Amino acid sequence: MNRRLLLGAPLGIALLGGGAFYAMLKGLAKGTFDPRGVPSQLIDKPLPAFTLPGFSHADVVAEKKPVVINFFASWCVPCVEEAATLMTLRQRGVSVWGIAYKDKDPQTDLYLSRHGNPYARLAHDNEGRVAIDWGVTGVPETYLIDAQGIVRWRFVGPLPDAAVAELVKMASV
Amino acid sequence: MIAELGHFALALGIAFAFAQAFLPLWGAWRGDIRLMQVAPALALGHAMALLTSFGCLIWASVTDDFSVLNVAENSHTLKPLLYKITGAWGSHEGSILFWCLILALCGGAVALFGRNLPMGLRARVIGILALSACGFELFALLESDPFLRLWPPPANGQDMNPLLQDPGLAFHPPMLYAGYVGFAIPFAFAVAALLEGRMDAAWGRWVRPWTLAAWCCLTGGIALGSWWSYYVLGWGGFWFWDPVENASLMPWLTGTALLHCAIVVEKREALKIWTVLLAIGTFAFSLSGTFLVRSGILNSVHSFANDPARGVFILALLGIVIGGSLLLFVIRAPLLGASGVFAPVSREGALVLNNILLCAICAVVVTGTTYPLFADLLFQTKISVGPPFFNATILPLAAPLFIAMAIGPLMAWKRAALVPALLKLWWVALVALVVGIVAAFGMDALPALFMAAAAWMIGGAICDIVERIRLFRIPVSHSFSRLFGLPLQVFGTTLGHAGMGVTVAGIAGMSMAVQEVVLVHVGETTHLAGYDWKLEEMHDASGPNYNARVATITVSKDGRIVTVLAPERRAFTTQSMTTTEAKIHTNVLRDLYAVLGEERDGAAVLRLHDNTMAPLIWLGALVMALGGFCSLADRRLRVAAPARAVVLGAKRA
Repeated sequence: MNRRLLLGAPLGIALLGGGAFYAMLKGLAKGTFDPRGVPSQLIDKPLPAFTLPGFSHADVVAEKKPVVINFFASWCVPCVEEAATLMTLRQRGVSVWGIAYKDKDPQTDLYLSRHGNPYARLAHDNEGRVAIDWGVTGVPETYLIDAQGIVRWRFVGPLPDAAVAELVKMASV
Repeated sequence: MIAELGHFALALGIAFAFAQAFLPLWGAWRGDIRLMQVAPALALGHAMALLTSFGCLIWASVTDDFSVLNVAENSHTLKPLLYKITGAWGSHEGSILFWCLILALCGGAVALFGRNLPMGLRARVIGILALSACGFELFALLESDPFLRLWPPPANGQDMNPLLQDPGLAFHPPMLYAGYVGFAIPFAFAVAALLEGRMDAAWGRWVRPWTLAAWCCLTGGIALGSWWSYYVLGWGGFWFWDPVENASLMPWLTGTALLHCAIVVEKREALKIWTVLLAIGTFAFSLSGTFLVRSGILNSVHSFANDPARGVFILALLGIVIGGSLLLFVIRAPLLGASGVFAPVSREGALVLNNILLCAICAVVVTGTTYPLFADLLFQTKISVGPPFFNATILPLAAPLFIAMAIGPLMAWKRAALVPALLKLWWVALVALVVGIVAAFGMDALPALFMAAAAWMIGGAICDIVERIRLFRIPVSHSFSRLFGLPLQVFGTTLGHAGMGVTVAGIAGMSMAVQEVVLVHVGETTHLAGYDWKLEEMHDASGPNYNARVATITVSKDGRIVTVLAPERRAFTTQSMTTTEAKIHTNVLRDLYAVLGEERDGAAVLRLHDNTMAPLIWLGALVMALGGFCSLADRRLRVAAPARAVVLGAKRA
């Protein structure tokens, strides 16, 4: 019996490894597992105070429900890819707010009219100061802020479709 | 048209693979000779179909058929012909097809060269090779089709990453893949042995040449990759413990263990279960190495198109092949028991020690590579495991391995004594001591120790030959006639072990390497490592698909010109990417290495290296691979003659 156990050990290890890799792949698709990313310092911390033309820190807190804030720019190609995903997110009842990063207002408007506007509210961070406070590494980048104004989640790069379900779940809590 | 032909040939290959998988295995199960005999023909058909398919992909690439998506994404009309051909295996889709091609060729090779195998064993081996091929070929056809059309075709392609446009890299993937996939053959033999429930000395004799061939290719492939990163990336390093490098090291370590283990099976019919497990494990590492790299999980400098959906498909395939074979192992391995006995101190004992140490090193590499992933998954913590971890954990395991490498071959089978073997090595120990002391003047303690270890390994390898020809104990002319009478396999062992010593010497020597980054104007001279490096001039040049800035550097010592180096910085127009073309002057014992960086106000940034003994690292790998081929040449000669006897022996058993 012991001998069987010993012979079965490699299979056990392989199954465990395979299971873990499966969990990683699933996480990768949903955006909950990212081996490359450096974790955001803001996670589980209150949102830093900011005031931008469009909305401010106080508006986010006053919303009293989870808000997804998405940094984008008209000059950013992956943002175009992401636009459809954000639109779905909005249709599923999540409030998505946008911050245009290092952009010019007319160009942002042109971008939104061309690719659709998924944002309930829009702010302009034309100098990119707020992005520095948040530690944004590039566009697109997405944050989930809960009803208490605490940052709960961040995703770097265009949101994968699989992340929608995950976000809807997190935002409805 | 040609692309559709390739697509069709791939589909045909899959049909062949399914037939090749199920008919011979069914035949071997039922004892149906006709079904077993069909195996070689199916294997050859399978190989030819995939050759045609891959040939079509090369054709599409060479003729600049940009209506094929894969070509449009990776090629360009201005790309040199060599890279149009090698680009066929440079992309994700192409490399998967190439991988399948080699697996099909393995089946073909067994069909062609395995004529003296017992029919049942051959049918099973060929069937299992095809069984593992089916899934991956389906993957190539359904999930990563290299022949996908693009309409309308673009006027020109997007070109290949310029870093990959290099002769070193052109041949790194085929060698590496031949090594990875070559281990499918020992794997198939192992699974066949499990199915048959029988494994004898003959099995070891048949498996060893295949393992050796795969091992040689893998050694060469890893060395080429390391050499490429040394002179193309321009970092001056040769191994970075990058996950993808580690992924290629794992099958090499277990494959080396398998190579030694198969000797024990062949000579002594011992360690059978362990050998089967090693054969399965080596191929499992090869598979994981090739495929998990593409899933986007491993954080690496090697980037392929990453797509988690593809990853799940691949993981399922890996699960079937690896999980299935390990399950079979649990069920059937007890049948292989009843090993030949041996004393702990014996050649077998030494080979067991070799196996334990190699597998321990492999376990460390696996842990170091995957731990950050598991830590992220389980504890949500970000950590990175880098060279300090590997250096600290692998050196203590490598040291006893190096010591044992010289002693093992001098021990007798079954039962040996340690002291006589050590006494034979007295002069080797002396040489190693002297080398160590001399080295200690020039370098730190640890590298000096490893220099001594290198001398010990090379000396030990020579000592094996010296003992066999009884040099200085019988008249020299007799020794010489003995030398020529030695089987090539003995030289194979010697070269293999000495090659490892040479590589270790190179790695130890690299600790003395010095480098400097300088900002110099034209006409200015800097000093590094006793050489005067003078920037003579800078000029522009142009290549087929790039523009270059070239610096001419004269390197002189005591007023005598040693060499003129002309490092380049190339700007590739189509990919808007800049690469540095390092220039190296070598005299085997040291590399003078220059990289041209950015220019500022008429001054250029130069990175200059004096890499002591660096060439030995790859020279050693070359010697190791040569040793393997040497041994392989011997086997073919030796196996050919007593082949019938072997078959008869197997039938009697």
